[in-house]
Amino acid sequence: MKKRVVITGLGVVSPNGVGISAFSEAIKKGVSGIEFLAELRDLKFSCQLGAAPKISEEKKREYLSDLQLRNFNSSGILYGVIAGMDALKDAKIEPAKPEEAPLWDLGIIFGTGISGVDKFREAIHKIDDKNVRRLGSTSVAQTMTSGVSAYLGGLIGAGNMVTANSSACATGTEALLMGYEHIAAGKAKYMLCGSSSDSGPYIWGGFDAMKVTTYKYNDTPNKVAGPMSEDASGFVPGSGAGAYLLESLESAQQRGATIYAEILGGAINNGGQRDGGSMTAPNSAAVQKCISEALKNANVSAAEIDYINGHLTATIKDPDEIENWSIALNRKGNQFPFINSLKGMVGHCLAASGSIEIVSAILQLHEGFIFPNVNCENLHPKIASLISSEKISMKTQKTSLQTIAKASFGFGDVNACAIFKKI
Amino acid sequence: MTSEEIYTKLEPIIKTYLPEDVSAKEISRKSDLTRELNINSAHLVDIILDIEDVFNIEFKNEDMEQLRNVDDAILLIKQKTLAI
Repeated sequence: MKKRVVITGLGVVSPNGVGISAFSEAIKKGVSGIEFLAELRDLKFSCQLGAAPKISEEKKREYLSDLQLRNFNSSGILYGVIAGMDALKDAKIEPAKPEEAPLWDLGIIFGTGISGVDKFREAIHKIDDKNVRRLGSTSVAQTMTSGVSAYLGGLIGAGNMVTANSSACATGTEALLMGYEHIAAGKAKYMLCGSSSDSGPYIWGGFDAMKVTTYKYNDTPNKVAGPMSEDASGFVPGSGAGAYLLESLESAQQRGATIYAEILGGAINNGGQRDGGSMTAPNSAAVQKCISEALKNANVSAAEIDYINGHLTATIKDPDEIENWSIALNRKGNQFPFINSLKGMVGHCLAASGSIEIVSAILQLHEGFIFPNVNCENLHPKIASLISSEKISMKTQKTSLQTIAKASFGFGDVNACAIFKKI
Repeated sequence: MTSEEIYTKLEPIIKTYLPEDVSAKEISRKSDLTRELNINSAHLVDIILDIEDVFNIEFKNEDMEQLRNVDDAILLIKQKTLAI
């Protein structure tokens, strides 16, 4: 029989707040982490806005030793380590002491799109200067995809599976579902899951070149048209990390842990880059199927969903996403659940988007509120024709939530949907 | 440069790479870097790079094979600085 799986710890490094209490406060107030970045202007980016977490030198030293920070230049690993260690601490789980055996029942799945691009750039320059011998010993650890999980594994002394998944912007939601399956199958008691994404021009440049970011608000970063707005003209690139400590229900109950939510189940699929799907656009049939199968896997009826945390990126695909939810749930107008998107406040944190947004969704479920959709006053008419505007709140609402859905979609036509319930 | 002068410059370099549970007081001329001081062997290349920067010298792959303890490092540095 499958084990029930719950979330007992959260950690977040978000452009609008680092740490759970600062982040919770920020999302209730609709605080934006989007700002103008002179570096992007100087590099002639079309979109000169970005959203990156602010981490002081003192904060870094709370998590990594002087030796670990020597020649350290990987923002994504820093974010992932902070979020991951915070989630562990929040769950009141102690790392293994240096002289002790590893924690055999604790594993890690911490994904990313690409790790340590700034460190990789340093290495490329040295190699091209015929100076490969000067790379130092941490060039590999700081640039490997499994960098975050490897750093966390050592800090915690994790002894179960320690790995990294990668599925573009669905990475964080996929990591959660992979950790859930691992515990449900009885292979681990605790799984620290999440995702992270680096900051800066070398990670964001490719999106700028694709023209999927917005160039219209460089002078007015606090007015960027948000997801679901008729004026939405592309996303603002972001970065950061989100993390969750997953645990079997019986373990959490035995040790009297705070339970944020139960993970009822979910689904991961792919549109095969067929039928309207491509490398960069989703196959709507696959999105609908992913949502339906998540409900089925969670043994929840579509009518039970109180709230949706959308992928909704502030691009032309937002109305399609709403339509896909509406078809998959067979709910429309004022029968549609509440829906919002964090991307209006923190931009699109790419590989970290799923995990930061899951943290925001779990906080809403646990505390009973819905955060505002930012800069969405001018709702897209196609969306307005599908669902009632009262379901897209522009201000924070206190409301009791029981069952919620989170979906993430990404390049490669990947889809992931998870269902959570308050217990 | 005398061995003592070299040691004075070398000690802070080695100190940087000590594990948290090893005190700088344990560094001596005879200390084996990986076995006694418990320095992660991956960091030997970082120690070499720091020595190169401080003493303005360059090591070859063969030199690195000879590096076991602090005195080995002093001897190598002496050879390299004399060669200049």
